[in-house]
Amino acid sequence: MRQSAPVARAPAIPQLAARRLLGAVFRSYALRRVLKAALTIYLVATLTFFIVRLMPGNPVDVYIHTLISQYGFTYDDAANQAAALFAFNPNEPLLVQYWAYLRALARGDFGMSLVSPGTPVTSVIMTYLPWTLFSAGLGLLISFLLGIMLGMVMAYRREGVLDHLLTAVGSFFQSVPNYLVAIVIVVFFGVQLGWLPITEMRGAYSPGMQPGLNLAFISDALYHAALPILTYVLTTIGAWMLLMKSSTLSTLEEDYVTVARARGLRDGRIMRSYVGRNAVLPLFTQMAISAGFVVGGSVVIEKIFVYQGIGFILLDAINRRDYPVMQGIFLIITFAVVAANLLADLLYSRLDPRIRVSGGE
Amino acid sequence: MAQAARPGQLELAPPGLGQRLATAVKVFFRLLAHSKAGFLGFLGVLFFVVLALAGPIIVPDAGRPDMTKIYQPPSLEHPLGTDYEGRDVLKQMLRGGRAIIVVAVLAATLSTLISIAFGALAAYAGGWLDSLIMMLTDVVLTIPQFPLLVVLSAFVKLDRPWLLATLIALLSWPTLLRAVRAQVLSLKEREYVEAARALDLGTTRILFGEILPNMASYIVMSFTIGMTAAIYAQVALYFLGLAPLAGENWGIMLNLAWVRGAIFYKDSLMYILAPVLAISLLQLAMVTMSRSLEDVFNPRLRES
Repeated sequence: MRQSAPVARAPAIPQLAARRLLGAVFRSYALRRVLKAALTIYLVATLTFFIVRLMPGNPVDVYIHTLISQYGFTYDDAANQAAALFAFNPNEPLLVQYWAYLRALARGDFGMSLVSPGTPVTSVIMTYLPWTLFSAGLGLLISFLLGIMLGMVMAYRREGVLDHLLTAVGSFFQSVPNYLVAIVIVVFFGVQLGWLPITEMRGAYSPGMQPGLNLAFISDALYHAALPILTYVLTTIGAWMLLMKSSTLSTLEEDYVTVARARGLRDGRIMRSYVGRNAVLPLFTQMAISAGFVVGGSVVIEKIFVYQGIGFILLDAINRRDYPVMQGIFLIITFAVVAANLLADLLYSRLDPRIRVSGGE
Repeated sequence: MAQAARPGQLELAPPGLGQRLATAVKVFFRLLAHSKAGFLGFLGVLFFVVLALAGPIIVPDAGRPDMTKIYQPPSLEHPLGTDYEGRDVLKQMLRGGRAIIVVAVLAATLSTLISIAFGALAAYAGGWLDSLIMMLTDVVLTIPQFPLLVVLSAFVKLDRPWLLATLIALLSWPTLLRAVRAQVLSLKEREYVEAARALDLGTTRILFGEILPNMASYIVMSFTIGMTAAIYAQVALYFLGLAPLAGENWGIMLNLAWVRGAIFYKDSLMYILAPVLAISLLQLAMVTMSRSLEDVFNPRLRES
């Protein structure tokens, strides 16, 4: 009976040659993806440079004029100060500035904060980015895992009560903007019913807590991140459930599932090793989109829960017109999303060889 | 029509535009009747569109601030209570939908146009043009849209509806473009398109005469998705106070209710809840409608 099994497996004889060929294709696929990611980051960096420099009332000129008129700086001193803060010299031709800006970025130099002098933008980012990565990453992970489990259950029990209920709930939370869900959590559970100590839960961790890798600090951080995470999970889980359901349904009709059933394998094994593994594959492409959405939405969510992550600081920087911080944060958010995309693509192509053979379209 | 002059043309005239539209509308309703949820969604969307059109006509004036009536609970006179300066919340709700929907329609129109034009072009031209368009699409798709809007709001004063709509549209076309391209790619291989090609009808004629009309319902779907994205972005911008709080709309109400502390009073619960509910229902109606259209158009889903 062993002969009938390898339907889904690679043919055995030309394995070595095929693997070598696949390896080469995969390398070029990976290379293509990496190039695309680099191009995206380069384009976004260029875009932000020209937004900051060419927009009406650009911050560099405004800053120089403020220094001259309010603090009595000479033009040269003011220009030097601006050059230090914005990590480029406003007196040079635009292309030279652009080149210097790119080189500084490549070194990881985002300039200095305008509002809190002496603070490099990198240190602002390093202080707040981990909290967004922590809350958004955990939210995505929980939502993904829960979503694929529920999606499979829905596919196996389709047209059942649970299927209809979860479909309705999932579609509802998927359509409602995530910040409205956050507002309702604060208004109802925080204020009107008073079930959640909403003010106490603000911030990334309790004041007086020593950051460190101990149980007390981690549970405190989880406590403070709980509501943002809950919001991310509620608003993204619907997509995972529905996607997983339809993916499972189409996988269930594959020949290898029928064969596995005919071989008399136990249902649990078929569900895990045959259906689940294959059905989850198409969802990885969605992972990157979802990551971008959650990170983008974190700007509003962190504001609502007063959670000091990168989104919260981005708004803060915008309200204070702290351009270098704004620019640095936007670049780092883009970088994070691009990296997540790249990772998901590479992971997907690793898991599903069909992608790298057919060129990834 | 021009093809009458061609030699060997069949005697049968192609259906006229009016006839085609009538068929499209009929098909649209039949498809919606296919699923109850979809039809409810359609009714919901219709309700909000009527509200947007008629609201400011029914309530010509939102009323003056009255400091003696701040944060009043719902009553017969003020069914949803009053706001932080004593104005009627219901009146603001009735008037506040138009601005949101106008921007959403503008943004969705623009992004749908971009995605149809370039999606069809990419699918039809193929080759390097296709690769170029798709590469650009992938790049824009990866840029986190909302943070970019937030950053742009520091440089551009978003006080004009068309400006807000253009910025949103310029960031939200990639998903639609990919879907349009995939759709055109599959339509391109259908028999009737092959037949048109065999008749040498010309690319423009095939694209606009054969392919696009068959995507009508699909375009409605893309348009709705574009609108939901635009509503999400603009309400968030208003809520964060990044777009000027001038005029009346649900996003501004949300901002003021939040910032002026309405959430802390039991009496003014409806003040913050009303815009939340309205925006949620609008989004829900549109997503439900577009999803049922999608179900109907994706045979793989319909079978299950």
